[in-house]
Amino acid sequence: MSATDAAGVTAAPAPPASAGAGRRKARRRAGRAGQYLALLCYVVFLAFPLLWLVSTAFKSPQELGSVHPTWLPKHPTLDNFRTAFDEQPLLHAALNSLMVAGISAVVSVAIAVPAAYVMVRFRSLVSRAGTGWILVSQMFPLVLIIIPLFMVLKNLHLVDSRLGLGLVYVVWTLPFALWMLQGYVKAVPVSLEEAAAIDGCSRARTLRSVVLPLLTPGLVATLMFSFVTAWNEFFFGLVLLKSPEKQTMSVILTHFLGAEGAADLGPLAAASVLATLPSLLFFALLQRRLVGGMMTGAVKG
Amino acid sequence: MRRRTFLTGAAATAAVAGSGSLLSACGSSAGSGVPRLDFLSLAWQTESVKANKALVAQWNQRHPEVQVRYVQGSWDDVHDQLLTSFEGGAAPDIIHDEGIDLTDFGFGGYLADLTDLLPAGLKSRIPQATWDTARFNGGVYGVPFLQEPRVLIANRTLLVKAGVRLPDDTHPWTWQEFEDICRELSHHGGGSAERYGTAWPMSSPVSVTLNLSLTTGGRILYKDEGSGHTEVRFGTADSAFAEMVRRQVRTDRSAPSSALALGGGDVLPGFFAGRYAMLPLDFSYRQQIQQQAPKNFDWVTLPLPVGTHAPDGGRAQGVSPQTLSVAKSCKHQQAAVEFIDFMTQTPHLVQLAQGDWMPPTGTAALRDPSLTTTKLGWSTGMALASHLTASPALGSRGYPEWSDKIATPALQQYYSGAIGLDSLRGKLVRDGNRVFERYRE
Repeated sequence: MSATDAAGVTAAPAPPASAGAGRRKARRRAGRAGQYLALLCYVVFLAFPLLWLVSTAFKSPQELGSVHPTWLPKHPTLDNFRTAFDEQPLLHAALNSLMVAGISAVVSVAIAVPAAYVMVRFRSLVSRAGTGWILVSQMFPLVLIIIPLFMVLKNLHLVDSRLGLGLVYVVWTLPFALWMLQGYVKAVPVSLEEAAAIDGCSRARTLRSVVLPLLTPGLVATLMFSFVTAWNEFFFGLVLLKSPEKQTMSVILTHFLGAEGAADLGPLAAASVLATLPSLLFFALLQRRLVGGMMTGAVKG
Repeated sequence: MRRRTFLTGAAATAAVAGSGSLLSACGSSAGSGVPRLDFLSLAWQTESVKANKALVAQWNQRHPEVQVRYVQGSWDDVHDQLLTSFEGGAAPDIIHDEGIDLTDFGFGGYLADLTDLLPAGLKSRIPQATWDTARFNGGVYGVPFLQEPRVLIANRTLLVKAGVRLPDDTHPWTWQEFEDICRELSHHGGGSAERYGTAWPMSSPVSVTLNLSLTTGGRILYKDEGSGHTEVRFGTADSAFAEMVRRQVRTDRSAPSSALALGGGDVLPGFFAGRYAMLPLDFSYRQQIQQQAPKNFDWVTLPLPVGTHAPDGGRAQGVSPQTLSVAKSCKHQQAAVEFIDFMTQTPHLVQLAQGDWMPPTGTAALRDPSLTTTKLGWSTGMALASHLTASPALGSRGYPEWSDKIATPALQQYYSGAIGLDSLRGKLVRDGNRVFERYRE
């Protein structure tokens, strides 16, 4: 709309500059629509396996054997959930998983925060070597460590122990947690800590009142990463826990699988849907804390 | 029978590290000094799990002096799980596994040799030919208790409509007849009219090819009984089965190439939709078919076609039976064998067979009326049971490596048409024998 229109004066040809602005606006809108479309496609792509899993969980065996699968079950049934609960101790396994994933998340963050801070703020040969070791440690395949690890745990009487498994997950997730947190610590300007020191804060107080609150998004991200990694992990859980009553969710899920890809598909999908719920809830509860931009404008220049 | 995973190659490294801890742990106490044995079971189907749990409960009630704890495992990961726990000295006492997996563990010294531990009753319950499936390296390393033949599952409506004579146990089709009928049943009109006479789900091409090469008088893997060495040969009788599958897929187009990469369960939707008229499948797939088939879908279990001029009338098939073994590290080996004896008593074998939908190994159990019924095709599989023989892969050291590195890719290429018969022979034999040579001591 041109300025002359707004003034209620006889319509005059719109100035070329204004027409250009309109076109730009339209282009911007089209661009934004395109971005949303791309985002939608990406979300659908990411959500596809989950949606398919949910759909499968509510299908009868006959529908699962159909050559023309449908998105929505034609005759939705809860039988798969009933069978899954009847055949396997799902709740108990979920509690076991919660316990080991909880230990893993809390302990690895508790170790990673001070370690990451020291490695970023006190650049020494040790911290540089530590950073290098983090990278190197990621290169060891599971196959190399599983048997020696089993023996170490056996000597510590931590085989067939949920605490032992939790500690293994701490060790397993710690390198990446450290790596992640280092990035967050680097983003906290040193000038903020210096300002706090000038105001008379001790180092401990600076860490508690200045650095930690600014690290919240990093803490949450690391917590989520450690929790989900431990929750989903299968092989350590399979090998290290012998007692059926201690088995974790990911191990229990394989009990619906037979030889050569045969599977009790309906109950497996039902149990898998239930197994994804805690991770989803955990994300839903914590994602608001994952906000960025907390430090925007904290330091001038 | 199943995917072998990454730990297989680590066995040698691990053996060095773990040799000291073999004879510890195992056979923990259930409290108040009563020994407790862990029984790792791989049963996974609802009825089968129920049957196993019920038998364990029955044993525990009758034998307060030795308690057994039921631990469920899974077929996909059992090899890695066992290898790790053997090395760590914390293996389960009684182990449910399959014949092929016993070779490595038996030679590796992880399993108890049951030769002198087996009670006479148990020895006589199972035929000698079946015992051969678990005998190697001068010992018996497991009790074979369930075995599974391959059968043809057919869409009866399509076969009757085409006027095809249905084979029975006494008059099975020959492979040649099978090929002709598959050609006749195939229809390539495009769209929903597209139909194939059969489909070959070959997600594990090596075990299928080895076991069914016996029907044409072949073996592919030849073991020298004296030295125990394995040699690969791929003569006319050895290659006849593989050539037929390739002909059906590439020349006749009576079997789709798309099914070659699939597993048995994956081809069932196409079977229910009438896209494939017959499926050569393991006998236990009947459970899934009965559960998933649409109402009014008329299916029938037929004996597998036979090769002409082959021993045993071409009925012989190779199998790798399900076994029960005892860990060498188990402190109460005699009690563990007594538990296996209990599990394999005729009525219990029948229960386990019904739960897993496959024939038992016991001679008396094979005659049980509940298993010889014609209902759900049981009698067809039971009639085949007496023709089952040890898979050529059983007891062959180096088989897993040959299968993974040489035979699987070579057969996949051959079936899909990427290489010809000469090239396949070269890979299987020349490259294959190099692998087996490395396992000769």
